[in-house]
Amino acid sequence: MVKLLYQKNIAELHELLVRREVSAVEITRSVLDRIDRVDGKIKAYVTVTREQALAAAQAADQRLAAGEATGPLTGIPMALKDNMCTRGVPTTCSSRILANFVPPYDATVVERLAGAGAVMVGKTNLDEFAMGSSTENSAFFTTSNPWNPETVPGGSSGGSAAAVAAGEAVFALGSDTGGSIRQPASFCGVVGMKPTYGLVSRYGLVAFASSLDQIGPLTKTVTDCALVLQAIAGPDERDSTCAPDPVPAFASALTGDVRGIRVGVPGEYFGEGVDPRVAGAVQAAIDLLAAMGAEVEETSLPHTSYALPVYYLIAPAEASSNLARYDGVRYGYRTPASDDVVDMFMKSRSEGFGAEVKRRIMLGTYALSAGYYDAYYLKALKVRTLIKRDFDRAFSRYDVLVTPTSPTLPFRKGERTMDPVAMYMSDLCTLAAPLAGIPALSLTCGFVDDLPVGLQLMGPPFGERTILRVAHAYEQKAGHWRRRAEGAWEQ
Amino acid sequence: MSTEYETVIGLEVHVELKTKSKVFCHSTTEFGGDPNSHVCPVCLGLPGVLPVVNRQVVEWAILLGLALNCRIASFSKFDRKNYYYPDMPKNYQISQYDLPICLGGHLDVEVDGTRKRIGITRLHMEEDTGKLVHQGTITTTPYSLVDYNRAGVPLLEIVSEPDISSPAEARAYAEKLRQIIVYTGVSDGRMEEGSLRCDANVSVRPRGATQLGTKTEIKNMNSFRALQRALTYEVERQIEVLEDGGRIVQETRAWDEGQGVTLSLRTKEEAHDYRYFPEPDLVPLVIDPAWVEEIRSRLPEMPGARAARYVEQLGLSAYDAGVLTAEKALADYFEDCLALYPEAKAVANWIMGDLSRLLNAAGQSVDRSRVTPERLAGLLRLIDQGTVSGKMAKEVLEVMFASGAEAAQVVKERGLSQISDEGALLDVIRRVLAENGKVVADFRSGKDRALGFLVGQVMKKTRGQANPDAVNRLLREALREQG
Repeated sequence: MVKLLYQKNIAELHELLVRREVSAVEITRSVLDRIDRVDGKIKAYVTVTREQALAAAQAADQRLAAGEATGPLTGIPMALKDNMCTRGVPTTCSSRILANFVPPYDATVVERLAGAGAVMVGKTNLDEFAMGSSTENSAFFTTSNPWNPETVPGGSSGGSAAAVAAGEAVFALGSDTGGSIRQPASFCGVVGMKPTYGLVSRYGLVAFASSLDQIGPLTKTVTDCALVLQAIAGPDERDSTCAPDPVPAFASALTGDVRGIRVGVPGEYFGEGVDPRVAGAVQAAIDLLAAMGAEVEETSLPHTSYALPVYYLIAPAEASSNLARYDGVRYGYRTPASDDVVDMFMKSRSEGFGAEVKRRIMLGTYALSAGYYDAYYLKALKVRTLIKRDFDRAFSRYDVLVTPTSPTLPFRKGERTMDPVAMYMSDLCTLAAPLAGIPALSLTCGFVDDLPVGLQLMGPPFGERTILRVAHAYEQKAGHWRRRAEGAWEQ
Repeated sequence: MSTEYETVIGLEVHVELKTKSKVFCHSTTEFGGDPNSHVCPVCLGLPGVLPVVNRQVVEWAILLGLALNCRIASFSKFDRKNYYYPDMPKNYQISQYDLPICLGGHLDVEVDGTRKRIGITRLHMEEDTGKLVHQGTITTTPYSLVDYNRAGVPLLEIVSEPDISSPAEARAYAEKLRQIIVYTGVSDGRMEEGSLRCDANVSVRPRGATQLGTKTEIKNMNSFRALQRALTYEVERQIEVLEDGGRIVQETRAWDEGQGVTLSLRTKEEAHDYRYFPEPDLVPLVIDPAWVEEIRSRLPEMPGARAARYVEQLGLSAYDAGVLTAEKALADYFEDCLALYPEAKAVANWIMGDLSRLLNAAGQSVDRSRVTPERLAGLLRLIDQGTVSGKMAKEVLEVMFASGAEAAQVVKERGLSQISDEGALLDVIRRVLAENGKVVADFRSGKDRALGFLVGQVMKKTRGQANPDAVNRLLREALREQG
């Protein structure tokens, strides 16, 4: 079966572009047409930048025609989660409070993708300020999972994951604080990677929890993931938390060979709360890796069960401070009528923020308050160190750790919205990696009821090459990447 | 018999650093400018921006810390101080909480001839806020305007130990601190312009008591004089409250310069919980000891050492040395002059006398004076050459001060130069001798005082421009010849 342009991945499209068989404008039109056709149903996009995209595609074609040196992303249509600042294009964080905010500057990753010739087609939906696991916390609308529109796409980067899965973007960027790239990647059957903290600049990413936030790719294949990561990673003088070291080449790590790779399987990730069907698919993937020559061993990360409470103290604490700036004074939503400045602050914030954001601001404010700081925030920091040490020990013996990405299959819309803790549980397997600052990737390892199951690979800090190598070898052998999310809803 | 009280004061001084750019972004720190013209996405706290520390700020914090005899931390970090106020773009201030960059220094001050060492608890870095403009108070004004030009300007906060025991001592400490700040060159330390701000914690207790009394915090003191007045008032107020059997309320009070009183701003119950926590957007500072030593080597000569050098090497009096080194700018000016005209006493006298008088009258600082060291040296050379008399030089200096002209030019333009041309002088002398035959006869009969009269006549005829030494010599010669 011949794939249409919007169905192809970066590597395939790059081939066609350099052979001058198609133009960037044709690819972009194909993706824009696809958006026109399906986004009414999927609702991946908050903003589609049609004119800007076509102009960027034309510029890419000119560079290609002039025979200028072009990278693999030149002329490739992509989407950005709407919490990355784009000069002149609204950046809403899917929040009422930033619904009218147009940044006067580009995020570093946006600059880098533009420099690489990628073509932005739009900004994607998310849980408000990236707080959520289903996009149901978006102030605008809920995105649908292209595999089954009755289910959620995951979150918070649900719009980016759904856009890639539905062919509405060839790749997308998401941000991950507690699993916000990997869990939607798992739900939508795409590849999603949260890099090591500090590999990708956060400048221009609207902060949720500064010590955890990291931008990463959502792609159709592991190769594409390596290509996008290469384009966005690297030192940035505007972000002091960005690592100063040069970035290694990622594509060259994709050898297809996992012989001798030491794979650890932490038992804690297969216990209570994990759907046996998910555990089964993941176990099958582990068996395949072993069959391919990897050395698989069971191991333990004893502090795993603390990741959720630690995360829900540290992330809200930072968020309570990061979100203080949305007060209606300089930009964003301001209440139409108020008695005085305090009243204006309170009304603007009460009316501008959604329920989950308010819940986390309250949680975080409480955790930092005098008298509670030591018991909650400081204690959480200490336990965070213990979680990190678990990983340090594990990575002295293993090259990668393998777990499920999400404990469950994509759940139905509305199923968990009334139960925040049940919603928090869907990040059970993804919370520890950002707490430890380590890289982690999710890719499809099977299907249950026609819904994708995600396999998570975690590695030591700056161990992206090894993770990509194992993921790529597995992907090529298992072949799930060939299956596309197309169903009855398209007719 | 009434109780005797002792006063306990600690000062918190904020200094605005004169770096070119702000502490966490590239925006300029220049004064003035249209409202909100010295801003960028970072200092406006737009979504998604990140702070990056200005290295110069860290360097100057260390420099000032060393000048104040502090220990420089090898590991330090920034923290967020959270509170809502519309002049703060992020609704938190990046400051330093439990690991400041400098700790445990001291400063020696002198009050009424008694020397005292005041401990310095800590010195830390933080960012300044913007400025609000409204009618009346922020809660009653129909609207407020915000100017973020100052938001993000680097500040150092210097916290003293509660070692200060009188308002006069507090003033001496603040003045000495300012002197050192200006000497290190990290700030111009102008209290009136707000580049140096002073808050005080004050309490009183019966003399000999071991426990500290309840303190109040005093703000809004915009000059050294205001500091001393406010503290004097507050100490008296507290004693009065206690004498009346009352209790001191722990609160923040503002000095009202017009009324000469402190007024309650807010009590402790309304105090903020700042919810400090480590700033996750910045990495901790690991200070290399070699860097600290390198900075120490660049520490300028402090005023005390400089004054001692003037006494020992230049032979100035202790008083003169003290006056000249009070301001770094004045001492620098003095040394610049000295390099061009190496007569320390003469230079010191001209600077401390006529030039200082003119500067004070004009409210000008010496480093902005139009009489540059080159020009002052030029004037002193004209005196040496006999072109102008000391008295005339004072007039010349006034013109130079007003116009910015060179001494020689002023002398020429105003025809002020002394008549040293002997031919011209002899003509005048001959006329004077001819007109005053009786006085000449008196001189010859031994009345030496008659010579003074004749000199006076010559000076009168030359409208004071004759060189007095030359007149004396030529008169004696003429009288000898005639006789």
